[in-house]
Amino acid sequence: MGDNNRTNYGIVNAKPIADRDAPISTTGFIGWLRENLFSSVGNSILTIIGLLFIAYTVPSILNWTLFDAVWSGGADACRENPHAACWTFAGSWWEFFLYGFYDRTQRWRIDLVLWVLYVGVAFVVVDDDVRKTRPTSTILGFFIAIVSMVFMSLMIQHGAPVMWTMAATLITVGLVIWAWGLPNGRSRLGLLLLFAYPVLVFFMLGGGVLGLSKIATSDWGGFSLTLVIAITGIVASLPIGILLALGRRSDMPVLRLVSTLFIEFWRGVPLITVLFMANFMLPLFAPEGANIDQLLRALIGVALFSSAYMAEVVRGGLQAISKGQYEGAMSLGLSYWKMMGLIVMPQALKIVIPGIVNTFIGLFKDTTLVLIIGLLDFLSSVQTASTNPDWSIRSVPYSGYIFVAFIFWLHCYGMARYSQHLEDKLNTGHKR
Amino acid sequence: MNLLKIAAYTTAIVSASFVATSYAATLDDVKANGAVTCGVSQGLPGFSNPDDQGNWSGLDVDTCRAVAAAVFGDATKANFKPLSAKTRFTALTSGEIDMLPRNTTETLSRDAQHGNFPGVNYYDGQGFMVRKDLGVSSAKELGGAAVCTNTGTTTELNVADYFRSLGLEYTVVAFEKADEVVAAYDAGRCDVYTTDQSGIAAQRTKLADPSAHVILPEIISKEPLGPMVRHGDDQWFDIVKWSLNCMVDAEELGISSANIDEMKGSDNPGIQRILGESGDLGQLLGLPNEFCYSIVKQVGNYGESFDRNVGPDTPLGLSRGLNALWKDGGIMYAAPFR
Amino acid sequence: MAEVQSNVPPKKGGFSLSDTKTRGLIYQALTIAMVVYGIWWIIDNAANNMAAQNIKFGFGFLTTQSGFGIIQSLIDYNESSSYGRVFFVGLLNTLIVALIGCILTTIIGFIVGVGRLSKNWLINKISTIYVETLRNIPLLLQIFFWYNAVLKPLPGPRDVHDKGDQLWFSLSNNGLMIPKPIPEGGFWIVFTIFVLGIIGAIVIKKWAFNRQMATGQQFKTIWTTLGLIIVLPLLAFVVMGSPLHFQPGEMGTFRPNAGFGLNVIPEFIALLLALVAYTSAFVAEIVRAGIQSVSHGQTEASYALGLRPGPTLKLIIIPQAMRVIVPPLTSQYLNLTKNSSLAVAIAYPDLVAVFTGTVLNQTGKAVEIIMMTMLVYLSISLVTSTFMNWYNDRVKLVER
Repeated sequence: MGDNNRTNYGIVNAKPIADRDAPISTTGFIGWLRENLFSSVGNSILTIIGLLFIAYTVPSILNWTLFDAVWSGGADACRENPHAACWTFAGSWWEFFLYGFYDRTQRWRIDLVLWVLYVGVAFVVVDDDVRKTRPTSTILGFFIAIVSMVFMSLMIQHGAPVMWTMAATLITVGLVIWAWGLPNGRSRLGLLLLFAYPVLVFFMLGGGVLGLSKIATSDWGGFSLTLVIAITGIVASLPIGILLALGRRSDMPVLRLVSTLFIEFWRGVPLITVLFMANFMLPLFAPEGANIDQLLRALIGVALFSSAYMAEVVRGGLQAISKGQYEGAMSLGLSYWKMMGLIVMPQALKIVIPGIVNTFIGLFKDTTLVLIIGLLDFLSSVQTASTNPDWSIRSVPYSGYIFVAFIFWLHCYGMARYSQHLEDKLNTGHKR
Repeated sequence: MNLLKIAAYTTAIVSASFVATSYAATLDDVKANGAVTCGVSQGLPGFSNPDDQGNWSGLDVDTCRAVAAAVFGDATKANFKPLSAKTRFTALTSGEIDMLPRNTTETLSRDAQHGNFPGVNYYDGQGFMVRKDLGVSSAKELGGAAVCTNTGTTTELNVADYFRSLGLEYTVVAFEKADEVVAAYDAGRCDVYTTDQSGIAAQRTKLADPSAHVILPEIISKEPLGPMVRHGDDQWFDIVKWSLNCMVDAEELGISSANIDEMKGSDNPGIQRILGESGDLGQLLGLPNEFCYSIVKQVGNYGESFDRNVGPDTPLGLSRGLNALWKDGGIMYAAPFR
Repeated sequence: MAEVQSNVPPKKGGFSLSDTKTRGLIYQALTIAMVVYGIWWIIDNAANNMAAQNIKFGFGFLTTQSGFGIIQSLIDYNESSSYGRVFFVGLLNTLIVALIGCILTTIIGFIVGVGRLSKNWLINKISTIYVETLRNIPLLLQIFFWYNAVLKPLPGPRDVHDKGDQLWFSLSNNGLMIPKPIPEGGFWIVFTIFVLGIIGAIVIKKWAFNRQMATGQQFKTIWTTLGLIIVLPLLAFVVMGSPLHFQPGEMGTFRPNAGFGLNVIPEFIALLLALVAYTSAFVAEIVRAGIQSVSHGQTEASYALGLRPGPTLKLIIIPQAMRVIVPPLTSQYLNLTKNSSLAVAIAYPDLVAVFTGTVLNQTGKAVEIIMMTMLVYLSISLVTSTFMNWYNDRVKLVER
């Protein structure tokens, strides 16, 4: 070893000179400011405009929504302070917003349905491999436990029969444990949610079976009705959309023409005219004597409309599958349906899951339109409540709208993030 | 294939629970359903209004309950379906509801196109409400004003006729839902709010400061409001008609929910007939004989219903006026039970 | 290898169910039969039901007098006009809000989209919050919110003006009052000159481009363009003696008097604000994706060829980004137009509100009216997608 580092030439440094600290102006907080906010004159001006904008809007928004807002008390508390949000409005009416006019003694049925939905969705959005890692599984377990506690206490509060509470607990917990252990638990539970869940919803909400009393659809309302419409729309639109997409890409000119006309027709008209049509014309189209429920008419309209959009999403996926896949399947001697069902569709659908989620987001937002044909959806129930004589206070309609906006935003943003996450995941697969 | 099966089952279940086949006889449908389904307004205090518990009350709601009491002997066997002005007739003709007690004005075209009017439960007329600080005392001073009203109603047409006949300029802002009309008027979008006078009294309670508004004296139209039933079912038409008549006749005979059990023992043959103690009037309609007893016992007579929902002691504070019995100077005049 | 041929030669002209062609024909025939039967079934039911309900099919009602007032119409309209005229009033109201909405949406969408890519942290975050908030809240809710937020805080016209006041610019809960431009005789000459100027500028630009292609000589078109489009009409305007004047509004007893000034009703403002805010959030994302789709190599290659940043943006980046941006942008325009039908919720008299709403209600002609409405929107979609196909063909990448 020895002094290998030392050279005979004194002027040359044997050791590298130690790194100097970066100039103070490029590191730390100041550096960050310089780089991100004041990198040029133009940028500085933009930053100052932005700061002024924030200084002008944010304090008043925060004061109105949070610091000055009325958080407790009744209508009187809001009447005394009409210049800030009235959150007790949502507090007093939340049951109406959630259940509409649903029979008070039967509301536990909606609780049960929502419980299964939120637990199921929470489980499905977490990837199988990520679920096995420590913090994620803990967070997921914690979330599911909280949701379960909330809805179970709601069920008890609403006087659910003990048998049903126990059955619901067993089913929910059982499903999660079953899916947790399976290698593909997520997708299995997802499929189950997609196809079996709507059946559960209609059984539970409509009643008439298993000793549940029958509840007319005119009593359904609030956020639960919004969910019913959105879920029906998405579940009905998937199979119809897939068939339409296949038809549009078929070799048979007649099928192609019919599918294309169908798709372009529904995509070309606004949802509101579709709902008008469902409401005013559908009764005329049904055979004499058959009386179609108003909710079902709206559901048919929504399903037709969303299946056209779904068809275009699925078609995008079909187009992305390379010709080799089709040719490979055909050379194996698979029939058309086997080729589609076993080879092409699984790949195509996987690619378009983000598109499906985006369609669902659009549909979920569009459900608000049913209030125009007089159904009592979430938004409509809040409007109805805000014109109640006891609550005729200036701040109430604003508070109501912001409350609805917040709930919708929470759901849509959540779904949008999930769709983004899926897209990123799919993209890395192609990057190699 | 499993998925296909599930899908098929779902479709079958859903369609079975949604698509009811209706027969020619509404009474049979109602009995099969176990309840009368009524289309009512989406929230009009005094006529049909839900509270935060989801319980409906009002004059129109009482009409529906009366029919439920007549058919089932139980006034609670009534379902209410809130309808907008626009969707109400479709709901009736498509068979979704059994009757439409939704403060609907009887007109020739509606009678011919949409259904029959078995009677009138409130005689009304269209009026105007303005802010006190406008300093207006007559509708004739409203030239150049903006008028808020409901779209798809006779109100919208009446107001156009009225201003045109006076040669006054005006702008009309027509909304879909009654609640939006009130909200827009309250916000100052319009100077004038117009609808039936009872409606004005009802909606006034929703304003931020009801006392800052004044109802003008002019009444510009006749608005006989009553329930509607479908064309082509005479029996059901009669049932609704005589349920209404029962309430009016009971008031005339001095029968109320409070004294009805004493009245049952009355010697007055008219009272005995109406309460089903003698004769078989109910059976002629296909109803129990004591149907009118059930109505008055559970819902009350017309006067009771009026006072409870829209009368002077309610926030609406309406006087009987035209709706008083004929012997008290009004025009409520029901055919006799005989 | 010749022996490996199939032993059974395909039958020529034979009929076999296992032949895909035959089966295809059968499927198609079945489809046609089903569709025809379905349509017949629907029409038959509708005819029976309409006969039972005493409804007659026909468009005769379009000539009947309407009898109701409409708050905004771009053509002459009063209560004695026909239902047919109501249709055109509604259609024009739809088109005007859609047109202005599309223009504003494009501007705001591009600004926010570029803001999303800004290196300025603050601008970037503000743009992100704008997009993520607005596109995740239902449009109908936003319309209600804007309507209440625009209406309620504004003072009534009587609170800010006295009777007889001239209104040059007034914002009240009656809407926005601005002066109405009133053209006189000579104005149309000025306008014609303006249009001719634009055509002339385009011709010169084309000529300059062709010449540059052919000879390499450049011709600065900027000054001739300015002269043709701005200076020439201005000159004509002065020469004709300013044939355009502005008439202010006039305050009446309750509201500004009808017939004076140009009043933009609050329903229009609310609808426009909501449509623009909502759609521009989507447009911003499209713009961002479009700009990001142009790879950095393109910019570097352009610099390497000696192009300065300006021409690089104009000749290299924007044309390529537009190829990605335009198709989804067009469908956003279409969405905006279709979404304008939500006007029905706040009393803006668009096609759906006055025609599919009020007229349907007064006449009960559901089938005719809904068919007409759907046809209008379908035609708008058709025209737009024809344009989009034409554009796509024009800018399509020509691949080997």
